[in-house]
Amino acid sequence: MANEAVSPNPISAKNGRVLLEVRNLVKYFPVRGGIFRHVVAWVKAVDDVSFTIHEGETLGLVGESGCGKTTVGQAILRLTEPTRGQVIFDGQDLLKLKGEALKRARRNLQIVFQDPYGSLDPRLPIEESIAEGLHIHGIGTPAERFEIVLEMLRKVGMEDYHAMRYPHEFSGGQRQRIGIARALVLRPKFLVLDEPVSALDVSIQAQVLNLLRDLQREFGLTYLFIAHNLGVVEHISDRVAVMYLGKIVEVAPRDVLFGNPMHPYTQALMSAIPIPDPTVKRQRIILKGDVPSPLNPPAGCRFHPRCPMAMGICARQEPELREVAPGHFVHCWLYQPHEAEPVTAQTD
Amino acid sequence: MSVNDDSQPLLDVRDLKTYFFTEDGVVKAVDGVSFRVYPGEVLGLVGESGCGKSVTSLSILRLLDAPGKIVGGEIWFEGRDLLRLSEHEMTQVRGNQISMVFQQPVTSLNPVFNIGSQIAEVIMIHNPNVKKAEAWREAVNLLRLVGVPDPERRAYAYPHELSGGQAQRVMIAMALALRPKLLIADEPTTALDVTIQAQILDLLRGLRSQFNTAVVLITHDLGVVAEMADRVAVMYAGKIVEEAGVQELFANPLHPYTRGLIASVPVLGRVRDYLETIPGNVPNLIDLPPGCRFAPRCQARLDYQLDICTQEEPDLIEIAPGHKVRCWLYQDREMHTAPLRQMAQAKSSVRD
Repeated sequence: MANEAVSPNPISAKNGRVLLEVRNLVKYFPVRGGIFRHVVAWVKAVDDVSFTIHEGETLGLVGESGCGKTTVGQAILRLTEPTRGQVIFDGQDLLKLKGEALKRARRNLQIVFQDPYGSLDPRLPIEESIAEGLHIHGIGTPAERFEIVLEMLRKVGMEDYHAMRYPHEFSGGQRQRIGIARALVLRPKFLVLDEPVSALDVSIQAQVLNLLRDLQREFGLTYLFIAHNLGVVEHISDRVAVMYLGKIVEVAPRDVLFGNPMHPYTQALMSAIPIPDPTVKRQRIILKGDVPSPLNPPAGCRFHPRCPMAMGICARQEPELREVAPGHFVHCWLYQPHEAEPVTAQTD
Repeated sequence: MSVNDDSQPLLDVRDLKTYFFTEDGVVKAVDGVSFRVYPGEVLGLVGESGCGKSVTSLSILRLLDAPGKIVGGEIWFEGRDLLRLSEHEMTQVRGNQISMVFQQPVTSLNPVFNIGSQIAEVIMIHNPNVKKAEAWREAVNLLRLVGVPDPERRAYAYPHELSGGQAQRVMIAMALALRPKLLIADEPTTALDVTIQAQILDLLRGLRSQFNTAVVLITHDLGVVAEMADRVAVMYAGKIVEEAGVQELFANPLHPYTRGLIASVPVLGRVRDYLETIPGNVPNLIDLPPGCRFAPRCQARLDYQLDICTQEEPDLIEIAPGHKVRCWLYQDREMHTAPLRQMAQAKSSVRD
């Protein structure tokens, strides 16, 4: 893949300040084998991903399992160390920070995990789990910390008496509220929400989505919302990026992406979502085959083996992430000139 | 597809009660569930976790282990009450006449046998005269039927070599091996990605029209139900609270729980600032509230100031042809006519 300098970064529809800029992020996981545990292959989980998020904005990051969306979220927080790239938060490259400086920067970036059962320590009353960040950053006296925890619990719709209880005493939805309280206790500017509602029942999912929206407005939060459910992503996002096998294939403002999806993968993904309305009749695009392994991604455009529109060039050469309309970026040969075939496909 | 009322139901579940006897008390997971499935029909059984939809399906095949126990009811299938069959007779029903597809396809397969021999085994167990080579050929045919590419070679694959979507295709091949009249699919696509889910739903639709297999489709996903089902039964806390044809249910949901459920799903292309929510959580099935089980979370009960909801349980009554609902808003304690009932009936007759 050619490094076209710093690839153009998708512009937000909002004209806020850029809070987070991810440039050419790469994360390869080594696969070891043999008796000496040599590296025998690389899983290209995230392969040259760039995007920006503006202050107060929600960027939805969608894709199917194994597309690298979770790795992007973790690499931003350096929960997994990126292989290459830059993560510029508030003017600072997080990947260059060490020790105390990294710790200070991390106060502003927090994460909410998918599994509300696995992400809380079962042996700690939730008050201690929530206060842990305050401890680490040396904030307040024990009494003050407890007060902050209670305030946070109220903000997420829980009661004071919940503070001394243990995780097993709570339902999935309540645990996810606790996870959100834990993430917000340091008053971060930015939250990575990694599938925060996908483990919840629909009636509870709606409660948590509304809560996230309220908290965003109250605290002026910026979200990276990672999910596989397009309905949920459409509901909460200002802009949406679609990932496939470690690459962003399309980015656009929410209404543009959902109104006029251009990448064949985005189109297939949207047509695959079952709509809870039996009167809606749609032309469904059914993709053939499974997602290829990121261990050995296809050459050229990674989507071409499953793409209903694939052309000769798609197997040979990778397209760029090109801006086809203001703020609408597509990573597809259909929308960029190439030698062999003239551009024939049109948007809709 | 409309349901022919004259035809005999293939499956007739009557007042099924399945309880779990735990140390903490008796969990009434399924508490008086009745429904029918007609030949060739897809019945969607919808509800959130813990509502009893999976326990209902396991009860039909009598696959429950202790502490679970069927304590009451009848399950009529082709003129026989399955609950009165001997274990041997029941084995003949399972797989042969009713088969099941589970949510976790990979864990449902035996990891130490290749998939071809697992499918062939199903065929040979139920047809002792079939030779091994013949059963293997049939297994390969089934794999081709469910869209496994290169079936001759893939039949030798082991479950760990399959993706989730492939494994679910194998499960479906196995379930269809004996051409059952009824297929119970318990969250068959929940563990799969959406593009793979679309493939599997497409496959189920095709097979159903090819073999006229009736399907009980258990899911929490209202989108899947809207696309697949002919009729829908909505479960809440061990009871069916509403049952209707799929068009009717989505156009004219009556039970406050069904309404809340439909309104709380973010639908592609219909952006709202806030989603409707159902306050509170699903009740504990050991200490159930008296009266309607949904009453503690029900806004409509407060709006209409109904006291009876927390005192006495409503019945599942048919308030329009084919549309049943269990709610005091539609049922009067003495007269069996309630304020909203006439409205609902009027509305539904206008639609007809």
